[in-house]
Amino acid sequence: MKPAFRQLVFYALLLAIWIVVARLRIWPPYMIPSPRGVFESLRAGFSDHSFWIAIVISMKRIAVGYAISVVIGIVLGLILATSDFLEQTLGGLMVSLQSLPSICWLPMAVLWFGLSEKAILFVVIMGSVLSVTISMEAGRKQMPKIYSLAARNLGANGLKLFFYVLFPASLPYLVSGLKQGWAFAWRSLIAGEMIFVSLGLGQLLMMGRDLNDMSQVVAVMILIVVIGYIVDGLIFKTMERRLQDRWGLSPAS
Amino acid sequence: MIPSSNPVTASDVYAADNRSKSNLALVRPDASPAEPKVCVRNLSLSYSSTKGDRLLALDGIDLKVRTGEFLCIVGPSGCGKSTLLHIITGLHHPTSGSVSVDDKIVDGPSTSRILIFQELGLFPWLTVADNVEFGLKMAGVSSSERRDKAAHYLRMVHLSQFRESYIHQLSGGMRQRVALARALATEPDVLLMDEPFAALDAQTRDILHDELERIWADTGRTIIFVTHNVREAARLGDRVIVMTFRPGRIKREFLVDLPRPRQIEDSLVAGMARDILEELRAEINKSLEQEYRHQP
Repeated sequence: MKPAFRQLVFYALLLAIWIVVARLRIWPPYMIPSPRGVFESLRAGFSDHSFWIAIVISMKRIAVGYAISVVIGIVLGLILATSDFLEQTLGGLMVSLQSLPSICWLPMAVLWFGLSEKAILFVVIMGSVLSVTISMEAGRKQMPKIYSLAARNLGANGLKLFFYVLFPASLPYLVSGLKQGWAFAWRSLIAGEMIFVSLGLGQLLMMGRDLNDMSQVVAVMILIVVIGYIVDGLIFKTMERRLQDRWGLSPAS
Repeated sequence: MIPSSNPVTASDVYAADNRSKSNLALVRPDASPAEPKVCVRNLSLSYSSTKGDRLLALDGIDLKVRTGEFLCIVGPSGCGKSTLLHIITGLHHPTSGSVSVDDKIVDGPSTSRILIFQELGLFPWLTVADNVEFGLKMAGVSSSERRDKAAHYLRMVHLSQFRESYIHQLSGGMRQRVALARALATEPDVLLMDEPFAALDAQTRDILHDELERIWADTGRTIIFVTHNVREAARLGDRVIVMTFRPGRIKREFLVDLPRPRQIEDSLVAGMARDILEELRAEINKSLEQEYRHQP
């Protein structure tokens, strides 16, 4: 209860400061919009369906892109974990590629796929697949060896060993990678949508800029944060909590 | 070095003391003495150290374990006793020599020989009941039969109320019991235990000794139990084998011909433990010396 109360006070205060600053009119509204203006933009955006359409398009893209990168990432991570050679070569390359902001893949994507959905998907996948791969590999590598020894002694081998032991044993690592992968995918998607006109939330943001409509810019930013926060809180926090309850991991780890 | 074929029976040494207790019932089922269950022949294991030289971990181990026997192996840390258990389980291959169970050469793990690891290796993502059922599930046993068997063995270790708990919710002693139930559920002929009670407090350990002795008597399993605790060995074993420090060889064996059920504070058990410790002390000193020598 207490942290929730603190958060409430904090956001109320933030809003109050914003109202005061906007009221003082030190800066024109196209630089600092009023909360009322932003609220009006949100209302207008939802009532003429333009926000809804953008959200649906963006969510569709991320669902497809993220799903593909999860599948590729898990398979790739498992392959990397099978040999020290692959881990040291390809695995090392993956870690270094992770320092590359995923939007840097866009020029390549555009040259390969043109200004198309495929180019955006490519950027989303490149943004998140590395996190999933690295965490899957770490999960397989860090898993205490005793689990597989005990399981083999109890008659598990081949696919059974994988599905009943190796995979669940690496879940704590994988889930954190899935979560990080989602966050990267979401950012990559918005960045990609901003750079070339293709509907979606990113484009809505750029449209606000083109129209000098700061209220819309802030409204769309709020939307992006809220969607990201909801997915993180609803899906990944639940997954983490269930895992922690089962394994007895402290929330800190 | 004293050859291994030189058993000293405790009842010879403590015959007078024993008389008062000799009418206590022996609960151990009488096993056939003829055929050995487990037969280890001239087994050696060497491996390359980090510096690149070959290290001999186990050297010429010969060992026969009767059906239904409770065999304890004691030795200083680093004598390769855990490795020996892994090899008998089939999780590790020897450099030379062989292990056979019921005259069949061991060349991989099997549910007829279950090892309880020192760290247990219980699965934290499964409930207690699912852990116990794991081996049966791998064998394709139907879910209703699995449930019945798990319930049976959980009752045996007094954990029926905890079937839906997760492992981290249990105390150390309870985890031991889950591991025991999980091992028993596949109904192995041979149960191998690697210092299973080392991390427990004395009270819990005493209780688990009683339970293990009872379960062993009830199920008639053959048990090979590794420990560094000589009292524990004298408390539980029909026979205790003392191993040497690096390379691990069998130094001597003791027959613990004491009535059951035993108590760890029984004077006969304590006396036996003293004898074993005397034999073991030289090896422990060697292992300590080695440790000090490696310190800067």
